[in-house]
Amino acid sequence: MSSSSEYAIEVANLTKRFGDKVVVDQLSMQVRKGEIYGFLGPNGSGKTTSIRMMCGLLTPDGGMGQTLGLDIFSQAAQIKREVGYMTQRFGLYSDLTIRENLDFVARVYAMNQRKQRVNTALERLGLVARQKQLAGSLSGGWKQRLALAAALLHQPQLLLLDEPTAGVDPQARRDFWEQIHQLAADGITILVSTHYMDEAERCHRLSYIAYGRLLATGTPQELIEQSGLHTWTVSGAAMAELSKQLVALAAVDMHTQFGNTLHISGKDPLALAQALQPFQIANPSYQWSESQPTLEDVFIYLMQQATDNFQPAGKT
Amino acid sequence: MSWRRLWAMMLKEFIQLSRDRLTFAMMVGIPIMQLLMFGYAINTDPKHLTTVLVVYDQGSLTRSLVQALQNSGYFQVVNNDANAQVATDMLAQGEAQFVLTIPANFERDLIRGNYPSLLLEADAADPAATGNAIASLQQLAESALRHDLTGALSYLAPPANSFELRIHRLYNPEGITQYNIVPGLMGVILTMTMIMMTALGITREVEQGTMENLLATPIKPLEVMIGKIAPYILIGYVQVAVILLMARILFNVPFVGSLSLLLFSVMVFIFANLTIGITISSTVRNQTQAMQMSFFFLLPSILLSGFMFPFRGMPRWAQIIGEMLPNTHFLRLVRGIMLKGNGWHEAWPHLLPLSIFIFVVMLIGIKKFRRTLD
Repeated sequence: MSSSSEYAIEVANLTKRFGDKVVVDQLSMQVRKGEIYGFLGPNGSGKTTSIRMMCGLLTPDGGMGQTLGLDIFSQAAQIKREVGYMTQRFGLYSDLTIRENLDFVARVYAMNQRKQRVNTALERLGLVARQKQLAGSLSGGWKQRLALAAALLHQPQLLLLDEPTAGVDPQARRDFWEQIHQLAADGITILVSTHYMDEAERCHRLSYIAYGRLLATGTPQELIEQSGLHTWTVSGAAMAELSKQLVALAAVDMHTQFGNTLHISGKDPLALAQALQPFQIANPSYQWSESQPTLEDVFIYLMQQATDNFQPAGKT
Repeated sequence: MSWRRLWAMMLKEFIQLSRDRLTFAMMVGIPIMQLLMFGYAINTDPKHLTTVLVVYDQGSLTRSLVQALQNSGYFQVVNNDANAQVATDMLAQGEAQFVLTIPANFERDLIRGNYPSLLLEADAADPAATGNAIASLQQLAESALRHDLTGALSYLAPPANSFELRIHRLYNPEGITQYNIVPGLMGVILTMTMIMMTALGITREVEQGTMENLLATPIKPLEVMIGKIAPYILIGYVQVAVILLMARILFNVPFVGSLSLLLFSVMVFIFANLTIGITISSTVRNQTQAMQMSFFFLLPSILLSGFMFPFRGMPRWAQIIGEMLPNTHFLRLVRGIMLKGNGWHEAWPHLLPLSIFIFVVMLIGIKKFRRTLD
């Protein structure tokens, strides 16, 4: 199965339609072996559908692609055997015990030394003492760890994680990402979709998709630079009135409010600075500074552009 | 197809089933409950019907008549001397099923050869309740009076028929309703549990998101399907065993045919229902809808199959629908085998339509099942 290619996933012009709705539109991307690749985009942007196509669960309507050197059209069955996929929702059985769930997965993959592998997985999870507990009685964080352990049971070279941390508390999320980095260090390639910006920043490379189209791709720093956005940060108390005025300015393409801080971004740095100057003089009590846009600024900007560009196309 | 994966799937189903006590209890409890209710409650030949007499002529002929009435078993006299008003009220209130009025001078007029009339009023709102009793009355009245109308009065006695009509009630000579209902229940119970359990079982996997996880593993859709429904085949046979045992012990229903032929027919019938269950599961979006669709199919299976009402009594269109339902053919099979001792020769005309049904529905079901995954 191993190919000489440097990519674990390589797809070109991947397209999927449901009825007459184009859910994934000519998606091309490459995931290098051993990297953590973040897959971002708003709800309904086609992330899950793309991941399903990459792991052999869905047959694309157009384009071409390989996962671990296997063709996603003709070798879906082999791909399923080699890839670990963690679904968005908890995909294990809540009325089976932790051990029974892992045992079931081991049987389905027809693993040798089943008992031993399940035992090892339980030990690594730290769930040996609770192995007879029903999976449904676990907390969100534990469910997610169990699902990850199940996806790793057959020792895949590639992990596809579909919003793995949705509904999980911050501590569990942090632990989870530490594990992800550990797995990457062990040589496993990981594709992870997420909504969280802090998680996006933990990825080696990212793709942002909206309305089924890839809008941007690169390292977090590259994405910020590619966006061509220039951002000013204004902070201070009681700034509702001021932000209303600032947001209305022609040079402001985008804004984001964070508590007592306002991010104002524009494509044209000069126009933005000039437009802000009178306000800066009139409101000296506020802190004004020119800064780099955050990933969140960039994604919200991309999203707004995408709405403008693709909505008519998306409706047909 | 891998046996290891199939076994993994079945094992999982059995564990889940054993955890779900309520469903498990239902699958054994429902047959028992239905057997007891339908077996004891349905009687198409009701006896001891409440009867009120309005008597204007007390005489020996009247006494013979009343005696014969009670001996028939159909009539139970609850008031043997009511006035007309009371009797009418009792009919209206449903306290009396029949009112028999014996007119004044009945005996005298009869002897004089004036051909007096007896009036039987029946609460015939439910035709099934009164039909047999009324039919019995005509013959009853004639034979009752024959004893009294002897000697000089013999010319008044109803003439004997010039030929004899012999009636053989085959397969169920005493007309015991249970003999018909209890084997029929096997079809209804299997239809209900098999369709509902498969439809719910597969829909549950989709609804709870475990199906996606399953399909991302090497397990094949066909293995998922077979692994999920195989345990229910076993449960179907447990139900059949319960029904056959209770039929023998509680209701003394005869079993004159071949057990192996019955078990084979059950297999074909279970398959027919499982294909329906799979088709339902792939057209609905959640378990509630699966339940509703199952009932949608169950209703005609009970009403148009000949389970409760005579199939030949239905209008043509209803018979056509009935012929398309698996339960209709299974009822003919199970009743034929148990009561008539039918063999392969009589069974195949019903096994064939079942097989065609399985084939057609399976085609639809598998096509739809594939689409749900995409």
